[in-house]
Amino acid sequence: MKKYLFLPVFLFALVANAQIDSTLLKRVPVDTSYTRAMNMDAVYNRPFLQIGNLPASIGGYVEADYQYMGQDGITEGHSFRIPRFTLFVASSIHRKIKFLSEIELEEGGKQISIEFAALDLTFHPLLNLRGGVVMNPIGAFNQNHDGPKWEFVDRPIAMTEMLPATWSNVGFGLYGKYYSKAWAFGYEAYLTNGFDNSIISNNQNKTFLPAAKENALRFEESSNGQPLFTGKIAVRNNKVGEIGLSYMGGIYNRFEEDGLVLDAKRRLDVLAVDFNTTISATKTYLVGEWAWVLVDVPETYSQQYGERQKGGFVDIVQPILRGKLAGFDKAVFSLACRLEYVDWNVGSFEETGGNISDDLWAVVPAISFRPVSQTVIRLNYRYMQQQDILGNPPAKIGGVQFGLSSYF
Amino acid sequence: MKKLILILLGCLAFACENIIPEPPAVDEILDGPIDGLNSSEQARFLAGDFAFNDEVFSSGTGLGPTFVATSCGSCHAGDGKGHPFTTLTRFGQTAPNTPPNLLIGGPQLQNRAIPGYTPEILPEGTPFMKLTPPAVTGLGLLSALTDEQILTNADPYDLDGDGISGVPNYVNPPAYFVPKWFHQDANGRYMGRFGKKAATIDLLQQTVSAYNQDMGITSTFEPVDPFSGLEVDPEVSDQTVRDVVFYLRTLKAPIQRSQNDQQIIQGKTLFSQIQCGDCHTPEWTTPTSDIVALSNKTFFPYTDLLLHDMGPGLDDGVTEGSAETFEWRTPPLWGLGLSPNSQGGSYFLMHDGRASSIEEAILLHGGEANSSRTKFESLSAEDRTALIRFLESL
Repeated sequence: MKKYLFLPVFLFALVANAQIDSTLLKRVPVDTSYTRAMNMDAVYNRPFLQIGNLPASIGGYVEADYQYMGQDGITEGHSFRIPRFTLFVASSIHRKIKFLSEIELEEGGKQISIEFAALDLTFHPLLNLRGGVVMNPIGAFNQNHDGPKWEFVDRPIAMTEMLPATWSNVGFGLYGKYYSKAWAFGYEAYLTNGFDNSIISNNQNKTFLPAAKENALRFEESSNGQPLFTGKIAVRNNKVGEIGLSYMGGIYNRFEEDGLVLDAKRRLDVLAVDFNTTISATKTYLVGEWAWVLVDVPETYSQQYGERQKGGFVDIVQPILRGKLAGFDKAVFSLACRLEYVDWNVGSFEETGGNISDDLWAVVPAISFRPVSQTVIRLNYRYMQQQDILGNPPAKIGGVQFGLSSYF
Repeated sequence: MKKLILILLGCLAFACENIIPEPPAVDEILDGPIDGLNSSEQARFLAGDFAFNDEVFSSGTGLGPTFVATSCGSCHAGDGKGHPFTTLTRFGQTAPNTPPNLLIGGPQLQNRAIPGYTPEILPEGTPFMKLTPPAVTGLGLLSALTDEQILTNADPYDLDGDGISGVPNYVNPPAYFVPKWFHQDANGRYMGRFGKKAATIDLLQQTVSAYNQDMGITSTFEPVDPFSGLEVDPEVSDQTVRDVVFYLRTLKAPIQRSQNDQQIIQGKTLFSQIQCGDCHTPEWTTPTSDIVALSNKTFFPYTDLLLHDMGPGLDDGVTEGSAETFEWRTPPLWGLGLSPNSQGGSYFLMHDGRASSIEEAILLHGGEANSSRTKFESLSAEDRTALIRFLESL
């Protein structure tokens, strides 16, 4: 834990030092080729601050929010949270070698995690080697999850609880991009450490991929000696948008130990499709993602833990005011709405043939105000219905959420 | 446009009072404590509520290795009746007053297993009974009754000649059982009042047994792991077990709906006229209890907590305690109409969920209930509807 704490403290010290003389600070702007950037570029497509002649740039973002939520008429009252405080450090070792790390403190420091810490070596635009702690490119949200980029206080449930964003692992892989006029093509392929038995043996009472994140040892060794493959291809047209298709799969369980067979080898396979586009006539921004999860659950285990899951979300963001607002020259005021759905357990009961429910849907209308592009103030109303495995009358959850998020 | 923004913000501010989804009507849900608990009792209720409804066991916290369900709430969703998904299978005792055959894996089948283990399989040709999980509401009121009160309805030899017996199930208590002032010792055995065969004496035994047999969770009360047959370290604390018992004792009783509806009043009269109430005793009053909120309360469970011959159609050839294989405890009818809310929108009634409607359940009654069933069959369609509506209102 000490080594995890040291880095944030060190970074704070750097920031504090920089505050003495602001002329030392140099803002490294967001990639100016943003229109050509793809989701796979998200980790580098962030604002950074360079300090004097130091070879490193730093950055980060913070999220703070308030919520008043309730379920079936019962509320826990007013609650203030700081769900995330994230620090980035980037460094160019050579024009073709760069390093970036992302350290996240969640829930006020309750959980500190390395979300990204990888070295990138460029041999050719189509051939880059990445090694370290990488974000597995499953879907788009896992790599493109920074709070300031979104108009909603909560992250999409399907992408953070069904898919386990942020899902990072130690490993190596290749990636590359190819541009042709308005088109961009990108690919990524990684082998990393992966999941473990906890995805079907946890206190959530359902197949729950994020349970594997609790295993801190996954940054030191694989739980079963089997690499997890994650691959993605994506195509972007500057006038149309981007679509990505990704896959993640491998053996998830510990099937043997010390040469002794404990269980059969059991696979996990995840397929995801993501897209984003802007309707040019109305400047309406659409972004969404959908994923399917297939897990080999032992037949003799409980159907409580589903073999199949599916879910996703779509965000519709409509800017309605742009320009000088409240003293900010390029402010944007938007209306937005998120629709999300997750089916934690796709299938039917062996005993009755009836549908296994265990699903939820939510609608989240929102208002957002961006005084500058890197800062967002957002007000959401969340309404959600959640059914248990039997399909009994759903729990109805609703409330308001107000928050702000900004890169710094 | 700025006006539009102000209007939107204004609407949101006015909506604040109504932003939390409306609670369901109090008589439409089974969850919730009885009235009159003091603050320390409320805190204990919450602790038990958490352990019962939210604590999920996994292989890392002691589940199994063989089991039926992963949590209490898996079987008793919303504290109501269960679904065939978590039906229990019991076997091993085929005659009254004989010990269950533990050598073949009795008394309960653990039909699921954590990865890497093999679940129990029912020995071929062995008689068995399937038991749908019951609702758990109002159990504290039933547990507060005295044995003497319950025995006032017993008539094992049908001395009154009404065709209805009412037999107590005397069972051997577990080692940790401590009799209360209202339990009567019958040569070392005690009267059971919980479970489909009334083979469980009190809610501590019910809770300990469910942890052990349903989830494979050992405790200091029941330290033997059902898979290995060996004593292992406790996997649930005494405090948690007792919190769950307290929770079960203090769950409110189901509240009857639409009591003043004329058709439901008519149905209630018919219920009495065709003698359903001879076994499904409507009204009871508790004596003084150690929980003040349970003391001297009149309540309406529609059960006599006694065993009755239900005929060959409901004889599974398996039993518990001193009950005959064809005898079943009169199940409480309170909360009956809310069963679909915990059974996934359908009815799974009778001991094994074989009846998919209240009417079908009535028509499956045999043995001592033959007379009432025949009278039900002879009712006009209008009267049948009234009776069913009354039962749905409970």
